[in-house]
Amino acid sequence: MDTLLSSEGDSQRTQYPYVTGTSVIGIKYKDGILMAADMGGSYGSTIRYKSIERLKQVGKHTLLGASGEISDYQEILKYLDELILHDNMWDDGNSLGPKEVHNYLTRVMYNRRNKFDPLWNSLILGGVKNGQKYLGSVSMIGVHFEDDHVATGFGNHLARPILREEWRDDLTFEEGVKLLEKCMRNLLYRDRSAVNKVQIAKITEEGMTISQPYSLKTYWDFAAFKNPTVGAEGSW
Amino acid sequence: MFRNQYDTDVTTWSPQGRLFQVEYAMEAVKQGSAAIGLRSKTHVVLACVNKSNSELSSHQRKIFKVDDHIGVAIAGLTADGRVLSRYMRSECINYGYTYESPLPVGRLVVQLADKAQVCTQRSWKRPYGVGLLVAGLDESGAHLYYNCPSGNYFEYQAFAIGSRSQAAKTYLERKFEKFTSSSRDDLIKDALFAIRETLQGEKLTSSVCTVSVVGVEEPFTILDQATVQALINEFEISAEEAPANEAAAEPAGGDAGGAAAEEPAPMDI
Repeated sequence: MDTLLSSEGDSQRTQYPYVTGTSVIGIKYKDGILMAADMGGSYGSTIRYKSIERLKQVGKHTLLGASGEISDYQEILKYLDELILHDNMWDDGNSLGPKEVHNYLTRVMYNRRNKFDPLWNSLILGGVKNGQKYLGSVSMIGVHFEDDHVATGFGNHLARPILREEWRDDLTFEEGVKLLEKCMRNLLYRDRSAVNKVQIAKITEEGMTISQPYSLKTYWDFAAFKNPTVGAEGSW
Repeated sequence: MFRNQYDTDVTTWSPQGRLFQVEYAMEAVKQGSAAIGLRSKTHVVLACVNKSNSELSSHQRKIFKVDDHIGVAIAGLTADGRVLSRYMRSECINYGYTYESPLPVGRLVVQLADKAQVCTQRSWKRPYGVGLLVAGLDESGAHLYYNCPSGNYFEYQAFAIGSRSQAAKTYLERKFEKFTSSSRDDLIKDALFAIRETLQGEKLTSSVCTVSVVGVEEPFTILDQATVQALINEFEISAEEAPANEAAAEPAGGDAGGAAAEEPAPMDI
């Protein structure tokens, strides 16, 4: 009777996230798409893992960036591996592009939320196929859209205002990377879950590359960083 | 005495390695009124001959729109054809729902062929008695496929199925090399000429045929009767000299259709 009354009595589902990754950001640039994410994995508010890859290639034309529950992300990768495998098995020259993968994931996410068993992630999909650049995002409940620049989580608050100011259609690769690093640095300063170990990925018509992990240059010697409570009357 | 011991069910082999029931199903395709298809780089045209069973009834539809980018023309058992086109429609809709993009034609054709193949390997089933000309457009261009009851499928530049289709095939074989670069309107013209070949003397009018097109920037459409009649009238004027030499080829084409007895086992076609 107890189990009948308590709705979560014998739940087998991830109803809340355990290990999570924080923001991912993605932008279109002159030749394709750029994405950036750090490598931290938070267990609650403890930064428990520090080399989790959150940017992955999906098929030939698509790049996936994920934030949120890491094991759910791994589950999504499993679905995508199967999807791409079956697509390749046709062996007919057709292949799923970023748009198709984005739509597929939207269906998966929305379907799971309808079962009250959501995959606890925000995803970003980017790619280039037949000269068409594509960049979009899906949330854990299946909300999806396309844009010239996208971000998840804190990135929506801290990175996108910068992108709205500074993003251009004709950014070069170097300018794009610089812009993403500026966003990631801001996130590093202000998002407690962010870590200073990031990866940047590039995808163009020619193919894709994911950078080795590296650290951003930071400057912590601002007076307010050194002694945050100066001038804050009454605080300790 | 038994005429044939090996044709009572689909799954029984003859000692010659043939499946008679499957071959009979292939024969059903030849009984149906003709359907033809031809394609260029950018367009595919399907056309068929409409026959009504009685003076008092209308004819059955033989061309179906599957999706904006795919259409089929059928010959054989119309009822089976409708079931298969409904299957194709639902596959296209499901693919569109999942991926928000059109199902590649070649994949639909393989799925259709696999469905037909299952019927040749189950004792409690019967093969579909219908041949389908599948016309479609996808990323890799315009395509024309022929699917038959045996579960085989083939891609063609131009093809004709159904009764007296040999005459149309002869016409298409003579002309197919120029189809690749044909305009949409020239394809339709050739489609009408090919259809006329199958009529053997009967006058070509818009009431005895249906014509449809799919192509770049043009979703699959079945041309309305007035449009087809206008085209026939238009061609008839300039065609008066053309039929003269085509008429010469006609008896030959007709003979070839009759002398088809020495053809390979129907499954190969």
